[in-house]
Amino acid sequence: MSRALALLLLIASFTAQAHKPSDSYLRLNIDGAQVSGQWDIALRDLEQAIGLDANGDGDITWGELRAHHADIAAYAFARLSLKGDANDCPLRVTGHQVDHHSDGAYAVLRFAADCAAAPAAIEIGYQLFFDFDAQHKGLLNLEYQGRIQSLVFTPERSKQRFVLGEMSALRQFLSYGREGVWHIWIGYDHILFLLSLLLPAVLLRQRRQWLPVARFGDAFWDVFKIVTSFTVAHSITLSLAALGAISLPSRLVESAIAASVVLAALNNLAPVVGGRRWVVAFAFGLIHGFGFASVLAELGLPRDALVLALVGFNVGVEAGQLAIVAAFLPLAYVIRASWFYRRVVLFGGSVAIAAVALVWLLERALNLKLISA
Amino acid sequence: MRRLLIPVLVFGCAVRVAQAAPYTPQSDDAVLERLPFKASAAEGRELRQLRRALAGQPQNLERALALARRYFDLAGAEGDPRYVGYAEAAIRPWSQGAEPPTEILVMRALLRQYRHEFDAALADLARAAERDPGNGEIWSWRSAIALVQADYAGARAACDKLAPLASTLLATACSAAVDGLTGKSAQAYAELSAALARRPDADAELKLWIQTRLAEMALRQGRDELAERHFKAGLALGVTDGFILAAYADFLLDHGRPAEVVPMLRGWERSDILLLRLALAEQAARLPGAAAHIAMLKQRFDASALRGDKLHLQEEARFHLYLLGDAPGALRLAAENYRVQREPRDARILLEAALAAKDYAAAQPALDWMRRSGYEDPAYARLARELQAGAK
Repeated sequence: MSRALALLLLIASFTAQAHKPSDSYLRLNIDGAQVSGQWDIALRDLEQAIGLDANGDGDITWGELRAHHADIAAYAFARLSLKGDANDCPLRVTGHQVDHHSDGAYAVLRFAADCAAAPAAIEIGYQLFFDFDAQHKGLLNLEYQGRIQSLVFTPERSKQRFVLGEMSALRQFLSYGREGVWHIWIGYDHILFLLSLLLPAVLLRQRRQWLPVARFGDAFWDVFKIVTSFTVAHSITLSLAALGAISLPSRLVESAIAASVVLAALNNLAPVVGGRRWVVAFAFGLIHGFGFASVLAELGLPRDALVLALVGFNVGVEAGQLAIVAAFLPLAYVIRASWFYRRVVLFGGSVAIAAVALVWLLERALNLKLISA
Repeated sequence: MRRLLIPVLVFGCAVRVAQAAPYTPQSDDAVLERLPFKASAAEGRELRQLRRALAGQPQNLERALALARRYFDLAGAEGDPRYVGYAEAAIRPWSQGAEPPTEILVMRALLRQYRHEFDAALADLARAAERDPGNGEIWSWRSAIALVQADYAGARAACDKLAPLASTLLATACSAAVDGLTGKSAQAYAELSAALARRPDADAELKLWIQTRLAEMALRQGRDELAERHFKAGLALGVTDGFILAAYADFLLDHGRPAEVVPMLRGWERSDILLLRLALAEQAARLPGAAAHIAMLKQRFDASALRGDKLHLQEEARFHLYLLGDAPGALRLAAENYRVQREPRDARILLEAALAAKDYAAAQPALDWMRRSGYEDPAYARLARELQAGAK
């Protein structure tokens, strides 16, 4: 009877919990065969598990905690396992500290794990406090190649496996993709080369005269051929160079790129190649591919995800290119029939591009002399 | 049994608000943590004995139940959900079986309702009641959980089953709690206050619980001064209880008296529920402590999100609406909360958040509840009118 009474009363305050349930915070940083970690374990839980309050006064002091450091490490490590490709990575303590989380003080256990070799997959088994606390959770932050993955260990899910390459695949892909976009946007030589080829796309050369194309489809088709052949060409050389199949001196490549811009711009002033500018785009695209490859080399390619990074970078370059085309083509099409477009944009623009590219060419050639001297 | 109702705040050390980096304390004497009770006290000894007894015979059902009970009582007394995890682990060998013993079912139900798994808890209690219908505890819990789910027919049926098994005062308290929520608060108030007057010898805890209910019933009738007299009578009993503090703090906040809340809740920062009220009061009174307490709440909610817990959605919704000024976020939380918990306060934050976010349709579940239950409260009726006016 009195229990029923009390319970009816209790219901009124049962939502008024003051704390959160027990958690531990586990951080792992994987760098090749080297794994370092930090494990924050609540003093409340350690008291329950192994007893810290030696003098029984209800206070846990740093002295009492320090006296139990070896016990804590032994207790905790018996409940955490790390396997790299099915081989145990033994854990060893590297330091003990203290931290505070929202519900009180935590022992901070710093440790290292030594795997025999850089693992391709890692398996983590977590059993801390599950034997006496069914609500305990282990909150893991796994850091690998700049990416942090979070997950939770519970009594029902106490073992988790990560394929490390897989884990960072999307992130790597996206990050190389971003680099690709960025590179085409800040790489004015690539943009100017492309623009030089695109400028006449909304026009038609007949009897030494520029006439506006009749239909958007004509302009679009011309642009499509140019962009596609440029893409295919630079993808080929980018891949070959990135995979180490071909290597050219970067100064030669950079100078050739500058020359390609000069030639593409001059072709607008005194057309040599008319409707077959896509061939020019392809030929010089091969040179530009080597330029992209040198950027990729500076970024560093992950050994375990080489192709992924390469594809990501390339997709990024294409996306950046398409953004430029999408901005250019409708505008150019609208004003294609005007005097302004033919004289200022096409003629003036091409002169300016040729001039700028000529300066680049000289600069890069000059650099070549200075460096080799 | 007394401790069951007293969320004593034994922690003396201040909680750091900003999460500091790990550090090495300067001195061996530096106190890092205060345990909720002294290990040398009788309580700690008793707990150790129970644990040792179970460790000696891990398959002994009675010992496991005794330990789980002890932990569950501690969880209520100290507001510390850790003990619920301990209790669950103690009964795990039985609770994971296909046909757990009746006592285990009841225990598991209590632990499940603590984690807001109300349907699972009710299912356990229903199975237990089939085997042991004369167990008043089962019926009192079924009534209480049904109330949280706004299932008033279920709550009333459970009270009817409880009546022959419990004292008149308890039986009256059970049915008055239902009546007070279903449009009969005047009648419920009269019956409950008369029943209380006949039993001056009742436990202080029961008196406190009844005074809180009477205050709420008076509020629903718009008798605010009478409500405050009940709150004060409850507080004067000298029983420390977070629930009445929260209810009285809400009353004071509603009446534009935040300055009175601050001294009342000082020292209760450990409780999320009361910390929220304290921060609301400090903000309303433009006191400097508000910023630190808002940061502290933010950290608490972040920590439970990291864990994946959603036990304090109602408070989190109020936090977003009134302390962060984030009406859409508050509405999302309040709506999610209302799917699980349907007490008047849960409906109120849904109404308020929907009004602030100008998403009038989102308040529909709470408006439906008001209509169906016949819940009387002038403040709620006002909110409903504003929502209906806004929707037009």
